[in-house]
Amino acid sequence: MKAFLGFVKKEFIHIFRDFRTLIILIGLPVAQILTFGYIIRNEIQDVKIAILDESKDPVTREITNRLLASGFFQLEEYISSPDAVESIFRKGKIREVVVFEDRFAEKLEREGVSHMQILADASDPNSAKMIVTYTQGIVSTYLSELKRHSKMPMIIEPRVRMMYNPDLKSAFMFVPGTMAMILMLVSAMMTSISIAREKETGTMEAILVSPLRPIQIIAGKVTPYILLSCINAIVILLMGYFVFKLPIQGSILLLFAETILFISLALALGIMISTVSKNQQVAMFISAFALMLPTILLSGFIFPIENMPRILQWLCYIIPPKYYIITIRSIMLKGTGLAEIWPETVMMLSMLVVFISVSAARFKVRLQ
Amino acid sequence: MRTIGIILRKEFRQIFRNRTMLPVIFILPFVQLIILVNAATMDMKHIKMILVDLDISSVSRQLSDKFIHSPFFSIVGSDFSTAESEEKMLKNEADLIVVIPEGFEKKLFRNGFSTLQLQIDAINGMTAGLIHAYSSQIISGFNVELLASAGTNALVNNLPGNVAIEYSFWYNKELKFKYYMVPGILVILLTLVGMFLASLNLVREKELGTIEQINVTPIRKFQFLMGKLIPFWVIALFELAFGLWLGRLLFDIPIEGNLLLLFTFAGVYLIAILGMGLLISTLSQTQQQAMFLNFFILITFVLMSGIFTPAESMPRWAQQLNLINPLAYFMRVIRMILLKGSGFGDIRSDFLGISIIAIIAFSLSIWRYRKIA
Repeated sequence: MKAFLGFVKKEFIHIFRDFRTLIILIGLPVAQILTFGYIIRNEIQDVKIAILDESKDPVTREITNRLLASGFFQLEEYISSPDAVESIFRKGKIREVVVFEDRFAEKLEREGVSHMQILADASDPNSAKMIVTYTQGIVSTYLSELKRHSKMPMIIEPRVRMMYNPDLKSAFMFVPGTMAMILMLVSAMMTSISIAREKETGTMEAILVSPLRPIQIIAGKVTPYILLSCINAIVILLMGYFVFKLPIQGSILLLFAETILFISLALALGIMISTVSKNQQVAMFISAFALMLPTILLSGFIFPIENMPRILQWLCYIIPPKYYIITIRSIMLKGTGLAEIWPETVMMLSMLVVFISVSAARFKVRLQ
Repeated sequence: MRTIGIILRKEFRQIFRNRTMLPVIFILPFVQLIILVNAATMDMKHIKMILVDLDISSVSRQLSDKFIHSPFFSIVGSDFSTAESEEKMLKNEADLIVVIPEGFEKKLFRNGFSTLQLQIDAINGMTAGLIHAYSSQIISGFNVELLASAGTNALVNNLPGNVAIEYSFWYNKELKFKYYMVPGILVILLTLVGMFLASLNLVREKELGTIEQINVTPIRKFQFLMGKLIPFWVIALFELAFGLWLGRLLFDIPIEGNLLLLFTFAGVYLIAILGMGLLISTLSQTQQQAMFLNFFILITFVLMSGIFTPAESMPRWAQQLNLINPLAYFMRVIRMILLKGSGFGDIRSDFLGISIIAIIAFSLSIWRYRKIA
């Protein structure tokens, strides 16, 4: 036990001596969460549009006004001929062109139907779809208001309740995701690098000949990082709560328990990576490559997992952050308890067991 | 010139000698490209919906049929209590709860007006917006049908008419998100490889002490850094070419524009990125420091570049910050050239911007590099 404590002390000295890394480890997550909480939005806002209005009558003007007043769109220019569309789309700034046909209001009144066209730059298909859907929505709301004035005999009106996030704040979506990403990458990278580094500089040999058992070596390596990651997690949670006003509906205790579980999982993953890599570069590249993009893309951080092809959905089952993101979103925003999120918790626990057993089996007491 | 040639030979030899890194550089990125391109979609197909029909009348049934037959919704259950369905929403088993209240039909016929409730899981604000839009479309379509069936045709005709909206999606008619994601993910991957390799390589020499040997040679700072930059520049350009070929082969991505223009831009972009990587490495003492700095800068660049989320939605100051984000330039330009066939005239200002960044980044790294340990 005394040998073990000595080893842990050595690790702490290593960390605190490298002041720059320490600053990076504590400071950057803070910067990161601030950036993402404030900057990243996935809803449509201020999309630049152009309007081709061949009619210029009160109705087209009213529709234009409503489009612009919605906050989704920003008028960049009026164009006068359909030929201009191609060239403005190519410049890449304007994403949508709305075209009203000639004598719009007149046709609407006399013939009962008039035509408008929505041209969207679909080189970004996801937002093109939203842009078109929102434009249609605004026009049809306007039309149904027109009709209401003329006393419809029957109408059904939906009342909408946006649950758990009434103001549709993006931060509610992204803060938990960013937290998972930071904890995952920082924890996994730190441990894998720190072990690979001892191998590379040859000091691993010295540790291996000491009376410490392999499990003690691993535990000693991990202990300081658990502490660091916990500090990170607490800082992020506090910022989420105070800066972005994320509610914590559920139990704080449960939130911490799940967070510690996830941190241990990430650290175990880091150890596993270090047992398969010979030097720091390999360890770093595996941590950065194998973890960064999958953590962003396959965890439900930005893109909902349900929309993915079936095979990828299966792949998502082995992405640890997926479970953590579900868990913290549920606890913080929905106020659920362990009764609802036990499947995710069990998954994380079993992954932890697998990672630890694999690394224990692969950990070699001999170099080469 | 000859000096640079010799340094290059040393660098290439070192890269290809490291057998464990080779698959990481040349295989892992493409495996990721193939898998991850499929992940990024906002196509809502199976919105999980629970129907709470407390009215059980013919109108409510007709309306439910509309939802059932819509391709967007799949009914995962029908309850008779709102509490139970909210419980399910808590467990992530439902995205939308439609509540048709008791007396729905009666009110509709007596008062000519009736309401129903949509409860949407809004944690992801964007999908919530889409769910709202889709269900509103269904309901307003149903409204029109109701009027028609009630024999109020005369009335309908007297109403201010309908607007027929046609829409067309340019450059990507079928809204294939793969066309959008292949260039984006490719950019991330080659940036990751180039920036990390270049900056770790230099710090590694510092850490191992071999940099001392180079510092005592007559090699100039400029020559040394060129020697560190060019190999990764070549590798990254190669990865871009290979990735494009793969994207063409597997995902059939269009290449509308001029490839020469794309590669010229990529060349300048890579100088900017590699210059930043080298600058980071001159600022760090250990590989660990360099790694973390690179990593956080890259993640910020990636998420701000507008690859996954629309850049226009960001606050204005953040959009201005993107002026110094090389990834934002390249992300925009590669999509413009590949998908829209934009020419040099369309991307002139981006070209200017990226060139300035490239010059500044590389000169800064030369200036910061010290030939003393």
